[in-house]
Amino acid sequence: MDFQLTEEQIAFQDSAREFARHELAPYAAHWDEEEVFPKDTLRRAGEMGFCGLYTPQQYGGLGLTRLDAAIVFEELAAGCTSTAAYLTIHNMVSWMIGSFARAEVAEQWGPALASGAKLGSYCLTEPGAGSDAANLRTRAERDGDVYRLNGSKAFISGAGSTDVLVVMARTGGTGAKGISAFVVPADLPGISYGKKERKMGWNSQPTRTITFDNVAVPSANLLGEEGQGFTFAMKGLDGGRINIATCSVGTAQAALEAAARYVQERQQFGQALAEFQTVQFRLADMSTELVAARQMVRLAAWKLDSGSPDATAYCAMAKRFVTDAGFKVVNEALQLFGGYGYIKEYPLERHLRDSRVHQILEGTNEIMRVIVARRLLQDGALETLR
Amino acid sequence: MKIVVPVKRVIDANVKVRLKSDGSAVDSDNVKMSMNPFDEIAVEEAIRLKEAGVAGEIVAVSIGSDACQDVLRSALAMGADRALLIRTEAVLEPLAVAKLLREVVAREQPQLVICGKQSTDGDANQAGQMLAGLLGWPQATFASKLDIGADGATVTREIDGGLEIIAVTLPAVVTTDLRLNSPRYTTLPNIMKAKKKPLDVIALDEFGVDTRPRLTTLGLAEPAARSAGVRVADVAELLAKLKNEAKVI
Repeated sequence: MDFQLTEEQIAFQDSAREFARHELAPYAAHWDEEEVFPKDTLRRAGEMGFCGLYTPQQYGGLGLTRLDAAIVFEELAAGCTSTAAYLTIHNMVSWMIGSFARAEVAEQWGPALASGAKLGSYCLTEPGAGSDAANLRTRAERDGDVYRLNGSKAFISGAGSTDVLVVMARTGGTGAKGISAFVVPADLPGISYGKKERKMGWNSQPTRTITFDNVAVPSANLLGEEGQGFTFAMKGLDGGRINIATCSVGTAQAALEAAARYVQERQQFGQALAEFQTVQFRLADMSTELVAARQMVRLAAWKLDSGSPDATAYCAMAKRFVTDAGFKVVNEALQLFGGYGYIKEYPLERHLRDSRVHQILEGTNEIMRVIVARRLLQDGALETLR
Repeated sequence: MKIVVPVKRVIDANVKVRLKSDGSAVDSDNVKMSMNPFDEIAVEEAIRLKEAGVAGEIVAVSIGSDACQDVLRSALAMGADRALLIRTEAVLEPLAVAKLLREVVAREQPQLVICGKQSTDGDANQAGQMLAGLLGWPQATFASKLDIGADGATVTREIDGGLEIIAVTLPAVVTTDLRLNSPRYTTLPNIMKAKKKPLDVIALDEFGVDTRPRLTTLGLAEPAARSAGVRVADVAELLAKLKNEAKVI
């Protein structure tokens, strides 16, 4: 057993760190304040290889592991949480199309997505189907050589500014087995976008509802077969949960580094804050919890890479534990900044706003507990979940 | 035209350098290491010459332990074609480095050697000049612009008080200054491709070069810590302090 990153992983990490330091961090506050979706930067991220990290190589991706991707996303999130988080969603879309679409559709979209020339959105959540995703109501009816899409999707990251949508819609009866997944060009007639949501954080990516009114999608754009859509959506989300968790780690690392610097500079009662043992203990706890959280992400990523039957449970555990721990570390860092933590001249309040949503999306942390509990109460599960 | 680019593994520029607790050396255990920034500029310049169709092959060379393979891989990921590690555990002085590079030049027969002007650890600023001296080649140090023409190179040098433009015949040694270029990011696809590029390792002994140190280190000391600033009540007090205490006006 070896916890050392490989030479190549260290090179990936260095590359992502350099990019984050020069291309993301200096602009993150501006993008947040002005709600800028930095498409040029995303394009440059594509040139770096960050838009198709685990997309199959035959469709323009790098075919890396989830563990490799987690290492990269952590560094990007330390530069700009919101932009890195959008990149993780884009990677999920790029991977789903590269892995499950028919060859001609994967060839059409894969390389463009993996290079960042085109951007993607993942469309599962609906106004009436959030945590209860298998109950979604958007319908896709077969009509000759097209499917006609009707319904609406909510809280879609990138919506209105992206080029292609992966849409989960019902082709059959109730429940998960009636759901199929489609590759839908974002500008097809009948697609309309709602107003941009005003959000607490994640402001460098637009979030909108999408309405489908009799949208004709070529039948070749079906991912896999009818009825497989929910399985694909959940496979995407296993990786998505690792990605969101790793974004929390990166953000918390940035917050911890800022706090550790600040307490050594800030003088109160005639000494640096860092000389108070209460501050030292707090930093020690933050660092300890962050190291634990990072290892949890990497374990879950490795379980997914190695095809473990328990991967879904580990991804859920990691998402729950790491996004909670990450938020806590950021909040503690903000507290160490005192009043300065609360004002926008310092990045702490942005880190806090950006990482808060990680406890909600890609499946709420409550749903993560449902997934973990469902698995651990099966016979013999505790023998493997450990 | 072939270009040789020597690269050194040094403590990363973002790391706060410390002495070991016994004061015997700079602490490089468990510290992030990177390619010397001036060498990165040298690699970048060589790649740009290749992209412009001026250079053919780029060979990156490092001297040190096996750990130095990481900076050679970085050079390969940036765009160098081959890498060579001269393996030794010893810390070499600039003259020893220059002698070894002379041997590399004899084997590789490049038309141009582009070095960083100095390494950010030793700050000696000698290896490039010594190499030119040993080879009997022209040297163009502290380059901020490099143009290769039909019969040589035109180099803009950063010197005290301005810029100097010189012409040198090839083969030549050029050393890079900070403003020559901005090195590119190493992209993930290129990192992956670099794994397949050749990296040869040769033991230092095989060169039969006398690399024994000529210098003895007597001691190392950290620079004095910055002392706290003081508040002045008004401009008059500031001027008085600048005149009487700091004696700068």
